[in-house]
Amino acid sequence: MRRVISILVENEAGALSRISNMFSARGYNIESLTVAPTEDASLSRMTIVTSGSEDVIEQITKQLNKLVEVVKVVDLSEAEHIERELMLIKVRAGAKEREDMKRMTDIFRGRVIDVSDNTYTIELTGDGRKLDAFIQALDPGAIIETVRSGASGIGRGNRILRV
Amino acid sequence: MDRIKGVELSGAEIVVRCLQEEGVEYVFGYPGGAVLYIYDALFKQDKVRHVLVRHEQGAVHAADGYSRSSHKVGVCLVTSGPGVTNAVTGIATAYMDSIPLVVISGQVPTHAIGQDAFQECDTVGITRPCVKHNFLVKDIKDLAATIKKAFYLAQSGRPGPVLVDVPKDVTAMLTEYQYPETVSMRSYNPVRRGHAGQIKKAARLIAQAKRPMVYAGGGVILSNAAPRLTELVQLLGFPCTNTLMGLGGYPGTDRQFLGMLGMHGTYEANMAMQHCDVLLAIGARFDDRVIGDPAHFAQNPRKIIHIDVDPSSISKRVKVDVPIVGNIPDVLDDLLALLRPGAGERDAAALDAWWQQIETWRGRNCLKYDRASKIIKPQFVIEKLYEVTGGDAFVTSDVGQHQMWAAQFYKFDKPRRWINSGGLGTMGFGLPAAMGVQLANRGATVACVTGESSIQMCLQELSTCKQYRLPIKIVNLNNRYMGMVRQWQQFFHGNRYSESYMDALPDFVKLAEGYGHRGVLIDKPADVEPALREAFACKDELVFLDVMTDQAENVYPMVPGGKGITEMILSEEL
Repeated sequence: MRRVISILVENEAGALSRISNMFSARGYNIESLTVAPTEDASLSRMTIVTSGSEDVIEQITKQLNKLVEVVKVVDLSEAEHIERELMLIKVRAGAKEREDMKRMTDIFRGRVIDVSDNTYTIELTGDGRKLDAFIQALDPGAIIETVRSGASGIGRGNRILRV
Repeated sequence: MDRIKGVELSGAEIVVRCLQEEGVEYVFGYPGGAVLYIYDALFKQDKVRHVLVRHEQGAVHAADGYSRSSHKVGVCLVTSGPGVTNAVTGIATAYMDSIPLVVISGQVPTHAIGQDAFQECDTVGITRPCVKHNFLVKDIKDLAATIKKAFYLAQSGRPGPVLVDVPKDVTAMLTEYQYPETVSMRSYNPVRRGHAGQIKKAARLIAQAKRPMVYAGGGVILSNAAPRLTELVQLLGFPCTNTLMGLGGYPGTDRQFLGMLGMHGTYEANMAMQHCDVLLAIGARFDDRVIGDPAHFAQNPRKIIHIDVDPSSISKRVKVDVPIVGNIPDVLDDLLALLRPGAGERDAAALDAWWQQIETWRGRNCLKYDRASKIIKPQFVIEKLYEVTGGDAFVTSDVGQHQMWAAQFYKFDKPRRWINSGGLGTMGFGLPAAMGVQLANRGATVACVTGESSIQMCLQELSTCKQYRLPIKIVNLNNRYMGMVRQWQQFFHGNRYSESYMDALPDFVKLAEGYGHRGVLIDKPADVEPALREAFACKDELVFLDVMTDQAENVYPMVPGGKGITEMILSEEL
């Protein structure tokens, strides 16, 4: 089962490797991992997308909590939450394809953020499925390069993760 | 202790002052380039005594044995690069058994870090998976507070080794020294008291049990909960088993004790584990060597209460019904308070029937061996060791058959007397650990039960024993084989003894003498007891007893790897 886990961790050197080490040492899967400091510079917030049975997810949460630098852990997928991922995608956009590509970008509410004679670089935000759908909608031959940030997540409404 | 505040000290002096503040008696270590300033600071004081080992692995095992036998934090000091990598086996050993250690390692100067400098290694990276936590101190201002944190982390919650890596330039700089009185970390708050509602639930289950079983592990020893465990078990009249790490947590000679359980556990302990209806697990983690195949274990329905300080130990391999996270002595106090008033209300008839069943299992006499043998049986040696030491020795061991025989045949009545590497299974642990035990318990009887293969892995420490006059008694069960490997090869690999024969063995008597100790060769059963008596009467000398034992002897019972705990091979079945 796919799970989105949010972690507040001390913003210290090595904290990220402690967490990623724990996943690899215990054979847990990481689909994506994002991390950046929060408004409180002493804390980083991490979103890890993982998958596993109930038991595995329970162990992952416990093992994360056991790490000395981890302040809080929440399994966002236990309740309503929002996920967003950023994708930058460079596509072929010569004179023939330009219009089509622009229209497709608009349909998916993306933005063209860089242009050259024969390429567009498009920025697209959404949950993972939307980004997948955009890639599916394009002619595979048109895609030159993609980069995705991995998902960031936050609880809906009054669900809050803070110290 | 005089506490000078606001004085400028060097980083090296700060390290030593912090150790003094923590009341450290002994530092086990080995000098080298990156720790020269620290060694200089050690030289200039006499509160913290340094024990010079012959290999850094020995330093960590010695600190580990010191801690296990005394409930104090063990402290080591090693240099950068190979000093650290040699220490890793020791650190991993302590980590697997949750032993509180503080390891101080030297590092190349901060400006050289990452430059592939001489004797540089990524210490924090290399040790990260085998420490409870580690630190690299890049700023001297953080040094004292970091060492304080290291001691706090090592001994609180689920204990474990903590490493502090100190670059050489940091040990040379000066700063104002102040040792923090307390530690507070928002990200680290171990639980002490158990959840009251859960404890009530546990008490109710215990009261209704018809076939109860108490299964207690190393957590009981580490948290000093042995007296409360004993009180609880005796109040309830329940059977009790200990894991390899938990031996001595409940008196080994008591009738309610069923012996060790697990892969080489007793028939009665394993049968009772499988067939009980309420299982009270305390400071134990249902590991593979204890319950074998979890699916087989789950075939019999039972309610499980699990008390542990580490939430991640609960429901890891076996689903439990009543998890209680907390410090074991506190939880047992609360549980005892609930159970004492109703102690007479239990189902006495059911308990009687259960005990009758257990006595039938006990009647299998699963630890029997050939007492008439003309060749020395290793079990016989341990039995004699038990008699000769009055059951009151500290016994360390290495890993393999001798370890299992010591665990089965030496009846530990007290906690912290049985010192062995249970989790990592580190050959070479026994002798250096015995050094730490002897230093923590000067005047006490310390025996190292080992084998000719294990002892050779940290043999160099015989020299340390001489230097510090440690009168350890080494009982070398010499069967000229890596016995446990040979046993598995016999059972599971068609008697193909691939590389498990120990050829070109040294003359251990001469070897011991070469290091300035006494060596004795024993090759007849009749000589075992007199030789042990003579050795243990010798209070100021290390005696190396090289005992020629039966090469073909196996450890029984045995649960083959991956099988259920009742799928035991018993001695008479072969």
